[in-house]
Amino acid sequence: MSALLELEDVNKDYRVGGFLDRSTLHAVKHVSFTLDAEKPEIFTVVGESGSGKTTTARMILGNETPTSGTLRFMGKGIAQVRTRKERLDFMSRVQPIFQNPFEAFNPLTTLDYYLFSTARRFLGLKDKAAVDAATDKALQHVGLSLAEVRGRYSHELSGGQLQRIAVARALIPGPKLIVADEPVSMVDASLRMSIVNLFRELRDTLGVSIIYITHDLSTAYYISDRVIIMHKGDVVEAGRAEEVLGNPTHEYSRALRSAVLPPDPVVASAIIREKLRAI
Amino acid sequence: MFKILRDLLRYNIEFAIGFVLTLAIFLFALAHFWAPLPDNAIYLLPPDMPPSAQYWFGTTSRGQDVLWQMSSAIWNTMLFGLSVTILSRLLAVAVGMISGYLGGKWDEFLMTINDTMIALPNIPILLLVYFVMRDQMSWPVLALTAALLGWNYDARLIRSVTLSLRNREFTRHAVFAGMSVPQILVRQHLPYVMPVIFFTAMNNLIWAIGLEVTLSVLGFSDINRPTIGGMIYWANQHQAIIAGIWWWIAFPIIAVVLLFLGLFLLAISVNEYIDPRSRLSRMGA
Amino acid sequence: MLAAVENKPASVEAKPVLRVEGLKAYYQMNYFGVRREVRAVDDVSLTIKRNEIYGIAGESSSGKSSLIKTIAGAITPPLRVVEGSVKFDFGGKELDVYAQRPAMKAARWKHLSYVMQGSMNVLNPVRKVKHAFHDFAFKHMGLSEGEFRARVESHLQRIGLDPRVLESYPHQLSGGMRQRLTIGLATVCEPEFIIADEPTTALDVLVQQDVLALIKGVQQRMGSSIIFVTHDMTVHAAIADRIGIVYAGRLVEEGPTLDVFQRPQHPYTAHLIASLPRIGDTRKRVALGGKPPNLADPPSGCRFHPRCPLAVDKCKSENPPLLARNTGRVACWRAGEVEAA
Repeated sequence: MSALLELEDVNKDYRVGGFLDRSTLHAVKHVSFTLDAEKPEIFTVVGESGSGKTTTARMILGNETPTSGTLRFMGKGIAQVRTRKERLDFMSRVQPIFQNPFEAFNPLTTLDYYLFSTARRFLGLKDKAAVDAATDKALQHVGLSLAEVRGRYSHELSGGQLQRIAVARALIPGPKLIVADEPVSMVDASLRMSIVNLFRELRDTLGVSIIYITHDLSTAYYISDRVIIMHKGDVVEAGRAEEVLGNPTHEYSRALRSAVLPPDPVVASAIIREKLRAI
Repeated sequence: MFKILRDLLRYNIEFAIGFVLTLAIFLFALAHFWAPLPDNAIYLLPPDMPPSAQYWFGTTSRGQDVLWQMSSAIWNTMLFGLSVTILSRLLAVAVGMISGYLGGKWDEFLMTINDTMIALPNIPILLLVYFVMRDQMSWPVLALTAALLGWNYDARLIRSVTLSLRNREFTRHAVFAGMSVPQILVRQHLPYVMPVIFFTAMNNLIWAIGLEVTLSVLGFSDINRPTIGGMIYWANQHQAIIAGIWWWIAFPIIAVVLLFLGLFLLAISVNEYIDPRSRLSRMGA
Repeated sequence: MLAAVENKPASVEAKPVLRVEGLKAYYQMNYFGVRREVRAVDDVSLTIKRNEIYGIAGESSSGKSSLIKTIAGAITPPLRVVEGSVKFDFGGKELDVYAQRPAMKAARWKHLSYVMQGSMNVLNPVRKVKHAFHDFAFKHMGLSEGEFRARVESHLQRIGLDPRVLESYPHQLSGGMRQRLTIGLATVCEPEFIIADEPTTALDVLVQQDVLALIKGVQQRMGSSIIFVTHDMTVHAAIADRIGIVYAGRLVEEGPTLDVFQRPQHPYTAHLIASLPRIGDTRKRVALGGKPPNLADPPSGCRFHPRCPLAVDKCKSENPPLLARNTGRVACWRAGEVEAA
C-alpha cells in the first residue's frame, strides 16, 4: 500500500499568555493516521471548538508547522516544501475548502477570477479558450457552468452555490486530497445536503480523498468512511464511521453522541424533559 | 467615469460643493498661463493700489497685480502639494502593504526604517537640506524631501489594514488559487486600502502646503517663484499689515481656505463612494 | 380541500399575549441614486398564546431575524415598519409597540426581555457580572439594593449557577455559563414574554441540551411565553410547542411541532425536514435545487415556486394566502399534496 497522507505522532504547541503567566497550550497531541493512495475515502475529524481539529487541518495544508512529528504527503515531508515551485506543486495536489463561503471569496472580486487564476497557474494554460474550457469542466462536476458564474460577485449567489464554486475551483488542478474545514456549517439547511452529497460523488467518480473537519456528528455519519474524534488535542476514538459514531466506547465520544438531538419532536422533547428533571 | 461623476454630483451635496469650489479655483490658477505680465516681473504697475475696477484685488508694494500673482501662486503651491502627496502616498502604500502582508523579517526591516523616520523632526531636516543644497534648491527637490518625510504614519495605518486582511479567509483562498503576491495585494487588498489612501491624502496635502508656506515665510525657498507662502513672505518683508495693504495677505489666504474646503469635501464624498461597504450596497449585496 | 377546519381555541379564558397583524417591515435604502427596497417582513400575521414556546424557523436572510426585531420594537433605519401592527397584552393591558412608544419603553425587561445570540454582546467584558444585573433589572424591580441582591442570588441558584459568579468577570466563565447568565438576566424580572435569537447556536454541542432544558424549565415555572428563532430544526423539535416556517419574508406554514414534523403541509417544510441527516441512516438525502430568493427582487406569486417540485402555473402568478388547515395554517396552492409527490 502506498500512502497518500501520513501523520506520524504530530504535536503542535502554542505559547499563550503574557509576560507573567506564560504557558504552553498543547493544541494537537500525538496524532497519527494514514490515508491510502489507492483507496479514496472520506476521512472525518470530529471535534468541538478547541479540540485541535482546525490546527490539524492547517498543518496538513502546510499553513502551520508541527512542533514535533512528521506529516508526509505522497512520501514527501510537508515541512520540506519550501520554494515557490515546490509549494505550487504541493498546492496542485492538496486543496482546501473553507468554512464560510461568503468570507472565502473577496466580495469586491468576481468569482471567476479565482477560477481563472487557478487554471492559469496550476495547469499552465495561457490561451483564454483553454482556461475557459478547464474552468467550465470543473464547474460541470459540481452541477454548475461557466455561463452561470462568469462576471458574478459573491453576494449574487447563495452560500450553497458559492461553496460548490469553491469545490470546483479546488478541483481544477486535479488534486488528490481536499481538506474541508467545516464546509457546511455556514450553509443553509436546504442547501447543505447538496454539498455533502457532492463530496461523496467526488470520492466515487474522481477518486479524490477528502478530509472532512466538522463538529456535526449527523453529517459525519452520513458521508464518512472513517472517523477520528478529537478532544483537547487528543484523538480519543478512531475507526469506521458506523462503529465510532453509531456505537462509541470512549466516555467523551459517548457524551458527544448523546448530545446530538434527533430531528424528531417525540424523542428530542423527551430528552429535554429528562434533562429538566435532572436539574 | 462620466456616470460616476454624474451620480456623485446629483446625489451628494458635499461632492457637488467641493467639485464646484475646486474646479473654480483650478480654472483661476490655470488662467496664469494667459497673464498679461510675467509673474516674476516687479515694479511694472503702480504699487499699493487698493482693489479697484482696474486691479480687482489691488497691487502689491512691489508693483505686481495681486490677482495674477495669486493665480500663479495657487498653481505653484498646488503643484508642490500634489507632488508631495502623490509621492508620499506611493511610498506609504508600498511600504505599508508589503510590510503588512509579508510580515516577518520584511516587516521588521521596513517598520524599523519607518519608526526611525517618525522620530525625525521635519523642519530642521528640511532646513539642513536647504543649507546643503543652497542654489540647487528647486521646488522638485523640496517636494521630494517633503515626500520622504511624509509617509510614515500612513504606512503604519495601511500596514494594520493589510495585516487584518491577510488573516481573512479570502486571502488564504487566493493563495491556494495560485495568485502571486502582487496579484493578491493589488486585486484583493487594494480596494480595502483605497479609502485609507484617500483620507490620508487630504491630511498630507494640507501638511505639505503648510510646510511650503512655513518654509517660504521663513525665506527658505525659491522666493522669486510666486507661491502662497512666497506672497506672505514678501508681504511681511514690506510690512504690508502695518502699512494697511491688507489685500496682499487677505486674498491669498481666502483662496487657500476655499481650496482646502473644496478638496476636503471632495475627499470625504469620494471616500464614502469608494468605501467597500457602500460599494457593496450599490452592487446590491 | 381548503375548508377551514374548526380552529380549536387552546385556552378560551386567556387572550393571546402577542398579536401581530399584517406586519410589513422593509429595508429602504438609497445609495447614490441606487434605490433598494428589501421586503424582509412581508405581511406576517401571527398570535402567541400564554405559556407557549413558539419557534420561528427559516434560513439565513429569510427575514426571520428582522421579524423578531420588528416584534421587539428594536428596529433602526433603514428597516422601517410600513404597515400592520404588533400588540402585546401584558396583564390585561394592551400595548401597541409602534403606537405607544413610551409605554413600550417602560415595559422592556419588566414584561418583555431578550436572550441574545452572542452572550458577550450583553455582558460588558471589563465589568463584573453583578453590574449587568444592576443595569438591566434594578430599576424595574422596585426593590432595595439588599432585597435586589437576594432576589438575584436566589434566581441564579434556581437556574443552577453559583451566586459567586456575580463577582466574576465574563471572561472567567465558560461559554455555557455565560449563556446561562444571559438567560438569568433575561428572566430575573419574571417577564411575561421572552424573545430569544439563536440562543444555542454559538454554544458547544455538549452544553446545548442543558441550556435548552434551562430555557424550558424557566418558561414552565414562570408560565411566560417565548418566541425564539433558530435555523436548527432539531432545536425546534426539542422545545417548541408550535413552529412557524418563514420563507422569503413570509410565514409559509405554522402548526404544532409534532404535526409540522410528521405531516408537513408545505413542500418547503417537507423538504427541510426530509433533508435532516440522522445518525444511523446513510440513505441518500436529496437536496433542494435553486437558490434562496433575493428579497430585493423576489419571485412573483408564491416565492417558493422556482424551487418547488409541485409548482403549477397558478403558483407563478398568484400569492397563496396563509389559510387554516388541519391543526395549523399553510400558504400553498397545493398544500398537503406533498406526501403524494
